[in-house]
This record gives sequence, structure tokens and C-alpha cells, in this order.
Amino acid sequence: MDDALDVRQVSLRFGGVRALTDVSFSIREGELFSIIGPNGAGKTSIVNCISGRYHPSEGKLFYRGQDITGLPTNARAALGIGRTFQNLALFHHMSVLDNIMVGRHHLLKNNFLTGSLYWLTGARKEELEHRRKVEEIIDFLDLQPVRKATAGTLSYGLRKRVELARAMALEPKLILLDEPMAGMNLEEKEDMARYIVDLNEEYGMTVVMIEHDMGVVMDISHRVVVLDFGKKIAEGDPAAVLADPHVKRAYLGEEDEALSDPDDVPPAMEASA
Amino acid sequence: MASSLIPAGDFRTSYAVDTTIFPTVTSRNFAIAGVVLCALAPFALNDYWMSMLIAIGIYGIAALGLNVLLGFTGQISIGHAAFFLFGAFTSAYLSSKMGVPAFFAIPLSGLVTALVGLIFGLPAARLKGLYLAIATLAAQYILLDFFARAEWFSGGSVPASAEPFSIFGYTFTGDHQYFYVVLAYVVVSFLLVTNMMRTRDGRALIAVRDHYLSAEIMGINLTYYRTLSFGIAAFFAGIGGALYAHYQLVVSYEGFGIERSVLFLAMVIIGGLGSVMGTLMGTAFVVLLPEAMEWLSAALRGGVIDQTLGLKNNITFVREIAIGVIIIAFLVFEPDGLAHRWHQIKAYWKFYPFSH
Repeated sequence: MDDALDVRQVSLRFGGVRALTDVSFSIREGELFSIIGPNGAGKTSIVNCISGRYHPSEGKLFYRGQDITGLPTNARAALGIGRTFQNLALFHHMSVLDNIMVGRHHLLKNNFLTGSLYWLTGARKEELEHRRKVEEIIDFLDLQPVRKATAGTLSYGLRKRVELARAMALEPKLILLDEPMAGMNLEEKEDMARYIVDLNEEYGMTVVMIEHDMGVVMDISHRVVVLDFGKKIAEGDPAAVLADPHVKRAYLGEEDEALSDPDDVPPAMEASA
Repeated sequence: MASSLIPAGDFRTSYAVDTTIFPTVTSRNFAIAGVVLCALAPFALNDYWMSMLIAIGIYGIAALGLNVLLGFTGQISIGHAAFFLFGAFTSAYLSSKMGVPAFFAIPLSGLVTALVGLIFGLPAARLKGLYLAIATLAAQYILLDFFARAEWFSGGSVPASAEPFSIFGYTFTGDHQYFYVVLAYVVVSFLLVTNMMRTRDGRALIAVRDHYLSAEIMGINLTYYRTLSFGIAAFFAGIGGALYAHYQLVVSYEGFGIERSVLFLAMVIIGGLGSVMGTLMGTAFVVLLPEAMEWLSAALRGGVIDQTLGLKNNITFVREIAIGVIIIAFLVFEPDGLAHRWHQIKAYWKFYPFSH
């Protein structure tokens, strides 16, 4: 079976800046996979390459065996790739409900003509059917009280949750979460962690998560990849990655004689699982 | 915000009830009563007032198109008057030169204008903000130049004539009868746009306005929707123009320069960006303000203020200045438009005497 996602030697350059250099890893179907690394390591860059925001300068991306390297951004939703953003990217003047309904864009069939003739063309029926699906997501994420609220008026934690709801609404097989817990308090983090585990186990989505909270990453991830200065420095199960001297150095800046040569990076640790 | 105005005890028990155009039965009945009242207006009002209502209706439809573009999709166009005029000339051409009855010529010219709008909307795929504004300015000048030169189409310096509107052998003549044609088009247009805005493509347009990067991630084709909104805007401009042609019965390109395009922008901004009903309020405001100022200056003429200040013939300039000042004051104190003010007034009465 093909991997859910196969990242093959992806490099990304902005002029002279190398955001990513020769990054390769693969994510298995049904996995909860975390990307970690210090600030500026290229975590969001790789997620942007997967979701189509950026196109890699070199290398290829395969989604379930299909080459998606050059695919237009908006064509990826229909394939089943959804994402949330690190900095909130909701539609601020829309209600929470409408925000989530936008997520179902590629699943809806009505257009500006049939939509305008609401009652005559079955657009009403279709909208109501999808409303039902959206309500399921609202139930799952406990968004009932803010259903009709304007997204821009919500608190930070709630907005993050609405964003997750919107990404879920497009029924992705692969969901990319860019720092889903940044700026949250402990309680909100715990809730979010449960939601993510449920996404993975109950809904069967392959989850790719960027997160800085090591506690959460270690607790819920199946496998972890570590980036530093745009290069992969480790990959494997959480415990093994955390014990990796390269990872320690990247995070803590430890001087280690044996590792003084940065080009001499050993092959990534493979998951023992 | 709107949800706060739902009275206590009004529980929605199905999604269908929760997706109606009007939030409550009362508000729906008020809207229906409004339309009925308009339908009765010709029996009570004179020609002058009917011509005002017709102007509000015709410009309101065109402004509605501009609101889809500017208010909902967040794209500017300073060439809206040119599309309006294109619709007028097309309908005049179809009805007088091709023998198409006005009944069919009006929607047909809406479609033709939409096609032209799509062509001029193509730069929107690449341009945003001020750059797009300049590109649409080109539409204004190119189209107006075309009208001046293409005598076969617009009659050039001689105004083009249009046939009167008639169905089943009955001709709608005079303001009192033509008003019903305009009213029908206003009701249908506003219903269509309201429906569009609560379904898939309407949401996509707002998504493009609010956050185009995440809209793209949600599977929305930016180029398609940016161009589409130009097509929709031009369609309603064309419908408005065609209605104008069959109302005036002659169409001339004079008076449809850039200042008219700016006036359309004023209608949408004063009414409320992204508010369907606000469009009609803004149009009424822009159409009636010069008239109101006219009455005021007529009342002033020869009065105490006139004599003490020695205004005499300068009173017309005072009128023009007053219109400008009122629009500026309006934008300063009510930047969200009349629709927003209307909502606040409703909320005030709803919660009276408790303001919170």
C-alpha cells in the first residue's frame, strides 16, 4: 500500500535563503505524525509545500502514490488534504457556521445559478444535508454556543477550534495542523489533544501536526520528524528522537565533540515500531 | 449579532427553519408588506415621486451588482457606469434594430453585459486593490470610447432609441405603469442575490474577500471566483441599464462618465458593504439627497438666511457643497453604512428600555 504522504528530497529556496534542504520522510496511512524543530527550522515551510501554498524548488511530493508536486492549491482539497494555519486564517466576517460550510465547498454541487434559484433547483435540500454534517462537527468540537457568532469576535482558543472544524468539514484523509495548541492554556490544550487523538482514531484521518509543546507531542504522536535549519536531523518514534544527540543539540545548543561537523549528519533513526 | 435579535421563545426545531432569509416571521411579513406597499404606491403618488422610486429601483439593481463585487468579494471597480450604459445600449439595439421585444431584450442584455464584464474582469485574476482599480478605470474609458465611435451600435452622437416595454400586446407607458416592471426586477434581483449569498458560491466569494489564502486551501479557485464576481456585477449593471433604456426610451452616453461610476460606489458604501438590503438604502440616499437639498434650497430662496447672507444665485453652490459635506459626515460617523445603523435601531427597540 502506498504511504499517505511521501516527501522525497524536497528543497525550498527563496532567493538565497534555503528554507528546506533535501528533506525526505514518509507518513503512513492512519498515522499521527509530528513535525518538530526550533523556530525557523522549516516546519511550516514543509507543511506549505504539502498543502500547495509553496511549490518545492526541488524534489517531489507523493500523496497516496500520486505526484502532487505541481498540483494547484485549490485542487488538493478534493483529494482529501486539509489544513489549519499557525496564524489564524478564518473568514472573520462570516459566522462560525458559514466558515465551516466553506470547508464543504468541494463537496457541494450547487453553483451561483442553482444557488440563486434556491428553492427550485435542490440547492436548499443540498445545503440542509450538508448543514447536518456540519452540525456533527460542531457537536464533536463543542462549538454549539458560538454557531451563529461572527468568527472575528471569538476568543483565540475558540478560533483555533473553528479552524479545526473548517478543516474537518472538507472530510480530509490527511489533515495538517500547524501549531494547533499555540497560545492556549492548559485546559484548552488538553481538549485540543483529545480532539486530535479522536480525529486520528475515530475519524481515521492521517494527522500531521507541528507542535512546540513536547509533552503533547511525545504523548500522542506515533512518529516524529525533527527539522533544524531546513534539514531533517532525526526521524522515528518519540522517545528515540528525544534521546537523539542531534536533537538535543538543536534544542539545547549542547556542544558535543563528536557532532562538531554539521555536514556529518548520520542517517535518520528509523522507527522501531 | 443577528442571533441576539431573535425573541425569547423562538426555538428553531429544524435546520430548514434556521436557514430562512428573514430571521423571524414578523420580519418576513414586514418585508412582504413593504413590497405590497410599493405595489400600491402608483395609486397614491404623483409622477415626480414615481420617477424617484423608479430611479432608486434601476440604480439599486446596478448597485446590487457592484455590492457583490465590492462588498462581498472585496474587489473594486470604477467602471460600473460603463457596464450600466452597455446594458442600456444593448437593450436599445436589440429592441429597436433587431426587433427583440423588450421583455426578452432586458435579460438578454444583462447576459451580454455579463460577458463583457467577464472580459474586463480577467485582470482581477492577477491584480488587487489599487492596481485593480486602475485596470477597471480602463474599462470605463474603453467602453465609453466605443459608444462614441460605434455608430451602428449606439448611434454615436445621436441618442439611440429603445422600444417601450410590453407583454401580450399591453404596453407599459408612463411612470405609473413602468414602475411595476422595475419593482418586479428589483424583487427578483434582490431575492436571487440573497439566495446566492447563502449558498456555496456566495460563501466562496466572501471567503475570497476575507482570507484568500485559506479560501484556496478550502478548494476555492481564486481566479474563477474573482472573475465570476465581475460577471455578476456586470450582469446586474446590464439589467439596470436595460431597464433605464426602456424607461427613458432614448439612450445617450453623456452623463455616464467616471463621476457616475463613483456615484455607484457611493451608493454601495453608504448603504453598507456586503449588505444586500443596505444597497437599496444607499441608493435611496444617493438618489434622494440632491432632491432633498433642492427642496431645501428652494425653501431658503428669498428667506431670512438668504437675505442676511446675500446668497442670491449662489444658493445652488451651497447645495452642492452641502451634498459633499453630508456624504463626508456620513462616512465619518457611519462607516459601516445604513444597513448597520438600521440594525442598531432595531436592536435599540428590541431591548428598550434596557440598552444591554
